[in-house]
Amino acid sequence: MSRIEVRFAGFGGQGIGLMGRLVGEAVSLYEKNKNSVMTQSYGPESRGGASSSDVVIDTADIDYPKATELDYFVVMSEEAYDKYIPKLKKGGILFVEENLVSLDEHADKAKKIYKIPATKIAETLGNRIFANIVMLGFVCANTKDIVSEESLIEVMKKKIKARFVEKNLIAFQKGKEHSQEG
Amino acid sequence: MSEQKILPREVLTGEHFTTGNHAAAEGAIAAGCKFFGGYPITPSSEIAEHIALRLPQVKGHFVQFEDEIASIASILGASWGGYKSMTATSGPGYSLMLENIGLGMMTETPCVIVNVQRGGPSTGLPTLVGQQDIMQAKWGSHGDYEPIAITPSTVQECFDLTIDSFNFAEKYRLPVTVLMDEALGHMSEKLVIPKEEKIVRVNRKTPTGPPEEHLPYLPDKDLVPPMATASSGYRIMTTGLTHDERGYPVINSEAQEKLVKRINDKIRLNKDKIIKVEEYQLDDADIAFVSFGSSARVAKGAVNRARKKGIKAGLLRLITIWPFADDHIEKLADQVKKIIVPEINYGQITREVERAAHGKTEVKGVFKLGGDIHLPEDILKEIERS
Repeated sequence: MSRIEVRFAGFGGQGIGLMGRLVGEAVSLYEKNKNSVMTQSYGPESRGGASSSDVVIDTADIDYPKATELDYFVVMSEEAYDKYIPKLKKGGILFVEENLVSLDEHADKAKKIYKIPATKIAETLGNRIFANIVMLGFVCANTKDIVSEESLIEVMKKKIKARFVEKNLIAFQKGKEHSQEG
Repeated sequence: MSEQKILPREVLTGEHFTTGNHAAAEGAIAAGCKFFGGYPITPSSEIAEHIALRLPQVKGHFVQFEDEIASIASILGASWGGYKSMTATSGPGYSLMLENIGLGMMTETPCVIVNVQRGGPSTGLPTLVGQQDIMQAKWGSHGDYEPIAITPSTVQECFDLTIDSFNFAEKYRLPVTVLMDEALGHMSEKLVIPKEEKIVRVNRKTPTGPPEEHLPYLPDKDLVPPMATASSGYRIMTTGLTHDERGYPVINSEAQEKLVKRINDKIRLNKDKIIKVEEYQLDDADIAFVSFGSSARVAKGAVNRARKKGIKAGLLRLITIWPFADDHIEKLADQVKKIIVPEINYGQITREVERAAHGKTEVKGVFKLGGDIHLPEDILKEIERS
């Protein structure tokens, strides 16, 4: 496997950092022979406005820790889309929260575009706060080289507060089951 | 009596996915650190934040002070009180600490300072990476002293080398600096914390003879005097003034020669035990990088890419940055036709490499002035130009 770069982005409060941390930890600690480095937007740029977290995955040691050309871009706000879409690799894969992002011509370089109503799905579970995990469920089900479902579930059970685990696992399942042609 | 929830765990054995800052804090606790005095500053604040949570769990103490001057003073004092002590800061805070780092050198006080470097000068780039405090860690305080400074490159090393730094501090009795950088402090990757029995902890020598005969600055053969803890029954004496073996100020050239020579030589004579490097793909290399910290990660990647193109590149990674690995550089200069030094500043270690290479090979720095780490292409270009 060669290097893969994933960026999660949205606005503050959506749990964008958590998405990166869960995926990063799942890869590093639960996937055999794979390394990952996670970095998050930090400082003034993370206060309000667009928030992002990057996960770089490789079987080799990860030299350059940050994402430069995104293989996968998972985006949950318009501002984050506008800010980061130029970083999507030509032929990369784009996942958008369909009610929060409107696409422009930049999206044409994507090999595949998935549109997921993650916030709406989360609302059916009683709280839009689960939208990030719905999104993660969908991403996990529709990609082969980021992270396995088993590893992610392990990490969610470990990292998410006990009283919220069950709800999050349901959200993950809902995202996974959401079907949509790319 | 109210029950306190205490987790008496100093070594969190197992696999973690965490940041360099948290790893450094855990390394300190694993090394036996029981006192942290600090003043939060970006991008090091997570060290203080994490250790504030953890130290009370291991019966340690955390104090947030009014500034960095008080912080460094507090860890010197705590050290004389018998505690392994630490502070964490970034460039602007390190500048404020320099005077008392000199006091720590003169009074031979074991302690550890973590400097998570950001771009400077002055307040510079609070949230963004730099490697501009390298020379400051060597020459920042006035007078002659021989500092030890360590530059980790991975989250794992932030843990491991913080332990080493405590051990050097205790063994040689001096403040040791861990020179991290923002990129490393904030990135998360895998950290494996070994079992408690695998952690090597060095403790300072303490006096054993009759207390009334104790001379606080009488060195053993290794040039390091045993250190008494305040209130242990042995007298202690600390002064920044040049002093004799009793610790009394003696203001003349003989006392100066004897003391200052010794506090430098105790490090110089042991430099082979202190200097650590990683040699990567150097065996048949005819072109080499010399790098450290986050920059060395990128240099390693550039070596791999260059090798794929058939270029015999290698990397000498400086793990101990001070004392400087003169002998390794000179040997390398005999072997390769060019040394490339990527660093996130305007040319600090490049000058040291030039000095140590004695003109035997071409030395070329690749500078980035802070704000981001080099892209692999930035330094690969320099190889291809050769």
